[in-house]
Amino acid sequence: MEKEKVISVSGLTKKFGDFTAVNGITFDVYKGEIFGFLGANGAGKTTAMRMLCGLLSPTSGDATVAGFDLYKQTEKIKTKIGYMSQKFSLYEDLTVKENITFYGGIYGLGNRELKFQSKRLIESLGLQSEANQLVGSLPLGWKQKLAFSVAVIHKPSIVFLDEPTGGVDPITRRQFWDLIYEAVKNDITVFVTTHYMDEAEYCNRISMMVDGDIAALDSPSNLKQGHGVDSMDEVFYNLARTAKRKSD
Amino acid sequence: MRTLRFLLVKEFKQIFRNRTLLPMIFLMPLIQLLILPLAADYEIKNINVYVVDHDKSTFSRDLISMIISSGYFKLVDYDSSYKRALSEVERNKADLILEIPNDFERNLNRDRVQKVFIAINAINGTKAGLGGSYLSTILKEFNKNIVMELDHSFDGKKALKRIDVVNSNWFNPYLDYKTFMVPAILVILVTMIGAYMCSLNIVKEKEIGTIEQINVTPIKKHVYVLGKLIPFWIIGMGVFSIGFFVISWGVYGIVPIGNILLLYGYLALYLVALLGFGLLVSTYAENQQQAMSVAFFFVMIFILMSGLFTPIESMPEWAKWIAKGNPVTYFIEVMRMVVLKGSGYRHIQNHFLIMMGFAVVLNFWAIANYRKTS
Repeated sequence: MEKEKVISVSGLTKKFGDFTAVNGITFDVYKGEIFGFLGANGAGKTTAMRMLCGLLSPTSGDATVAGFDLYKQTEKIKTKIGYMSQKFSLYEDLTVKENITFYGGIYGLGNRELKFQSKRLIESLGLQSEANQLVGSLPLGWKQKLAFSVAVIHKPSIVFLDEPTGGVDPITRRQFWDLIYEAVKNDITVFVTTHYMDEAEYCNRISMMVDGDIAALDSPSNLKQGHGVDSMDEVFYNLARTAKRKSD
Repeated sequence: MRTLRFLLVKEFKQIFRNRTLLPMIFLMPLIQLLILPLAADYEIKNINVYVVDHDKSTFSRDLISMIISSGYFKLVDYDSSYKRALSEVERNKADLILEIPNDFERNLNRDRVQKVFIAINAINGTKAGLGGSYLSTILKEFNKNIVMELDHSFDGKKALKRIDVVNSNWFNPYLDYKTFMVPAILVILVTMIGAYMCSLNIVKEKEIGTIEQINVTPIKKHVYVLGKLIPFWIIGMGVFSIGFFVISWGVYGIVPIGNILLLYGYLALYLVALLGFGLLVSTYAENQQQAMSVAFFFVMIFILMSGLFTPIESMPEWAKWIAKGNPVTYFIEVMRMVVLKGSGYRHIQNHFLIMMGFAVVLNFWAIANYRKTS
């Protein structure tokens, strides 16, 4: 059975002057999967992701995201995706509730839907007593969970997560992945970059970027088998070692 | 526009939660409007004059008392040594030296002609120029009195032939500088608040990264820009109103002669143009430091090239063009015309058109330059 593609990328390239950050990558992401995007710092992961989100215009290559063309229908794509950047990007001087209302509002949720979602979200995150607190006063792990929930508040087809669990403790990371699984259950495809190899194991398929190219793309078990090793850590070392580019 | 409403609610919450920004916005202009007009008074007072009197006669004493009683001069010393007077100038204690020669009174009585000498310390150009001309005026007056006195003693045989020029100052009869300066300074304050606050706002979102989260949403560029413009437009109106009614009218007693609605109409348009400038700066700047420096550079030029302190007519031809490309110039003109002169719409029609041009160009430029995709 042909699986439905939600992202289809072919020859996508980004050059900054003489420097080729992303070098003609080609891959597909299927509906409902958790697609892990791995690579050393400076391998081009974030650049690739930013292009797919419509934040950065590609130098060349083609891509469709959620069925829309990356060049001509950028704004249509934006109604269908959620994005959580490396930098925490909720408003620290707004409360939990206000952030939810604001982002829900600009994604065009109706008043009743907004009320319902914000109540559901606060309850599922267990933030009832913090609902009217400024987001700036929350611990990092809570902020990240909130940011993720806000990124999927409009039920996008795909959510892009750029190192969502950086600097978060193991327990909160585990809870974060519970949120990701729940999103997948709601038909949201997850595209995630990470440096944690235990998280890589949670993904259905993994692409490994080295120096702007995709060096490997398969399921975690196939990758381990192919390299004849027991852990994703070793797969990562084997591939990342071949890099010529200096990491940042 | 539902999206716009969410943006506005968010902006206002953020602005009113900012404990540093809020007093800056409302208190700073009020305090400045109370202080600055005192410094923008062109009338020169307390000019230090050193009198070197070699004559020490009734006439010379009359002249000196006339100078002192004018209210503009302070007598540093009264002496008969020019050298000492000059050393006082060198020590910056005296601004002017008036030297009255020997036989001042005798010569006047006999020849009716006598020269006096004025030396001016020109370090402070304004003080020197105005001081010198005040002093000449007093001398002329003194001269006139003497001539009349002498003529009288000659039984009025020679009738005096001279032309007296009488001035009357329209629109500001007592040449009160406050009436002239306060409305213009208010324009400057509103300009500074508007330009700085607005340009810093978007850049701040760039710095903390929230703009990226906005840019992945399907929000329309012009809606986002409007969401930034409207709050500062309202704040600008508020700041102006407080300055205009509380300080200018209430404290300085400047009652506008013209139509206040007309003035507000122009203010509304001016703020759109000004905030467009602020937005434009913020779309180019990467961080708040850059935005602040660029905004500062332009606001400085806007202020000094606006005809606030010096009339544009006396600038060189090329500088006039800079003044003409400066939105502040037009608002200061309109402000003075409507408040002091009571000009109506047809007098400031051109000002409206020009400001409309600024508003359209700056805002469209800002929207075009704001990119959701870099």
